[in-house]
Amino acid sequence: MNALYWWLTLAVLLFCIGAFGVLVRRNVIVVVMCLELMLNAVNIALVAISNFRAGALGAGTLFSLFIITLAAAEVTVGLAIVIANYRNRRTVQTDQYDELKG
Amino acid sequence: MEGTQYMKIAVALIVLLPLAGFIITLLLGKRLFRARSHILPVALVTVTAVLSVYAFEWVVRHPDTAFVWNAFSWVAAGRFTVEWGFLVDPLTGIMLLVVGIIGMLVHYYSIGYMKDDPGYYRFFAYLNLFMFAMFVLILANNYLLLFLGWEGVGLCSYLLISFWFRKKSASQAGKKAFLVNRVGDFGFTLGMFLIFVTTGTLQFTGVFDKAEMIGSGTLLWICLLLFTGAVGKSAQFPLHVWLPDAMEGPTPVSALIHAATMVNAGVYMVARSYPLFVQAHTAMLIVMIIGTFTAIYSAYIAITQNDIKKVIAYSTISSLGFMFMALGAGAWAAGIFYLFAHGFFKGLLFLCSGSVIHAMGGEQDMRNMGGLRKKIPITFWTMLIGAIALIGVFPFAGFWAKDEILGSDFSGGYYVVWAVGIVTAFLTAVFAFRLIFMTFFGKSRASEEVQRHIHESAKVMTIPLVLLAIPAALLGILVGWPPDTGWIHTFLQPVFFDVEREKFVWVGVGGGLMVFSVAVALLGVYVAYVMYIRRTELPGRLAARLPVAYEASFNKMYMDQVYEVVPIRSTIAFAGWLWTFFDVKVIDGAVNGLARLWELLGERLRPLQTGRVQNYAFSIFAGMLVLVVVLAWVWGS
Repeated sequence: MNALYWWLTLAVLLFCIGAFGVLVRRNVIVVVMCLELMLNAVNIALVAISNFRAGALGAGTLFSLFIITLAAAEVTVGLAIVIANYRNRRTVQTDQYDELKG
Repeated sequence: MEGTQYMKIAVALIVLLPLAGFIITLLLGKRLFRARSHILPVALVTVTAVLSVYAFEWVVRHPDTAFVWNAFSWVAAGRFTVEWGFLVDPLTGIMLLVVGIIGMLVHYYSIGYMKDDPGYYRFFAYLNLFMFAMFVLILANNYLLLFLGWEGVGLCSYLLISFWFRKKSASQAGKKAFLVNRVGDFGFTLGMFLIFVTTGTLQFTGVFDKAEMIGSGTLLWICLLLFTGAVGKSAQFPLHVWLPDAMEGPTPVSALIHAATMVNAGVYMVARSYPLFVQAHTAMLIVMIIGTFTAIYSAYIAITQNDIKKVIAYSTISSLGFMFMALGAGAWAAGIFYLFAHGFFKGLLFLCSGSVIHAMGGEQDMRNMGGLRKKIPITFWTMLIGAIALIGVFPFAGFWAKDEILGSDFSGGYYVVWAVGIVTAFLTAVFAFRLIFMTFFGKSRASEEVQRHIHESAKVMTIPLVLLAIPAALLGILVGWPPDTGWIHTFLQPVFFDVEREKFVWVGVGGGLMVFSVAVALLGVYVAYVMYIRRTELPGRLAARLPVAYEASFNKMYMDQVYEVVPIRSTIAFAGWLWTFFDVKVIDGAVNGLARLWELLGERLRPLQTGRVQNYAFSIFAGMLVLVVVLAWVWGS
């Protein structure tokens, strides 16, 4: 097994932890953090492949730069929404956000 | 050709002037003309009457050439082309004379009769529209344009029957006339379709040129379908029920539309289709049978009616039956001759009855009249002339025409038809003079109040009566002399080209029949005299002795009841079934059921929408996982 697989295994583990957190945690801030974890897992995978595969031509590195920018913007907006929501209903628990229940 | 330029102008004006009168009067009458609404329509109709006489005179001067003018194209759709085409031949000429002159006189009469009516302007507008439609009908040179006029006069008939629309019975009668006529028109329309399918044209000349090439079965159907239209329009059994009810309209309307012109349209159309009918003997036989039956049937009803207008209405149906009897028996010219004479004397009778009703302050029941002879002498004398012309006593108009019809029934070998015709003539004499005697003779049975107000109608009403009485008396001898070969026969020869004419035999069958039919008519008058003047208790005793016969006649042979039970009830029952079963169960059921289905489904799917964002995220991940697994499995293998 070469080093790429170790990097990819790390990325998968991080992604799964992030996904698990998004699905099960009730605190919105933790959910947003887990989302960041998933994004960074993808970044690791992209950079690793870009480094180890000659044919990738550094495209993965470029993509990860985009994702970092996007993540920064997303966190800004996401946290702003969380705060605005908290002001309205005094809670950050996702299971209490159920106005759209059918 | 000499004069066609003038003829074109005349024909165009005959059609356009009444139309203009209708539009202008309808638009401006209510606010601007009011009590002067009659001036424009009457003036225009007078001009058209003069032009009609001119057109008639043109035909007389050009006996061998018919005036044909395709003014402009109306419908052009592939092979189907119809033109606004006009045809003036002897048959049209006679119709023009009837419609133009009687139409004009009725317009003048209406000035007096409809005075102070709140719908004065409306009445004259409709009358002008009627004149327009009627002229289109008789001037058309193709079936479709004829049909346009045909429907137009039907519309006017409806509008004018229900003219006093606040009266429930009047609006009902208008509806009845319209609906019954629809049945006939349906047949007419089918007939036109069949004509177009078989000959590829609707132009009279085109159709008639191909008449001999049409298969006999198809031709029979064409004739029968056309005749169905005529049965509706000319109130023949079994579609006659609308005409007696049509008497709800103002009396001038009854005179013009329901006696002198529109109801003749059916007869005219059959006569116009002469080249088709002569090829179809079965159709002619049916025409004759229906006509004969209608003639005696409605004459029988007329003898017990008490409403003065109803009597004349049934008499009209009977006369129209006579015309169809003549056409069916092959006495084409005699039938048109009868139409010609009938237009004048029946129009006269109706206008006289209107004058009587006017004098009696709206009373129409003859049981409340009597003794009017001295009080309204002009009406009495003109009505007497009309009645004598109707029953066909020498030398009045009805005599010549009726006698030719009966004579040709006899010489054609239709002895039963002839016998029925003689009985009808007898009944006609009875009811016509029953009307005269009950109205004008004996003691007045009206209330004191009404009696004090009895007065002769204004000049504007009595002068048309006198002017109509002249042709009613003299027309027969002028155009019908000598019998069977008179002027009218020569005149109509180009139209009914195949009819053989025999010289009338004075001493022998012809003369004998003539004397016999006059004797029968005079016997009828005598019977009426005995029953309604000498021994007035006799009718009541007779009715008591023959209750079934009396009741059947009095109740119009229960035809209205038959219609009530058979088509009306069954239609209502069917409509009810459609409503309670088809509409409520099937259509509403389907729509509501579909809605219910979605509702149930929605109820089931509702729990899926928890509103919690993580549940949705879980479905996304799960879906993603499934996709990944599937794709890995596909690509891996």
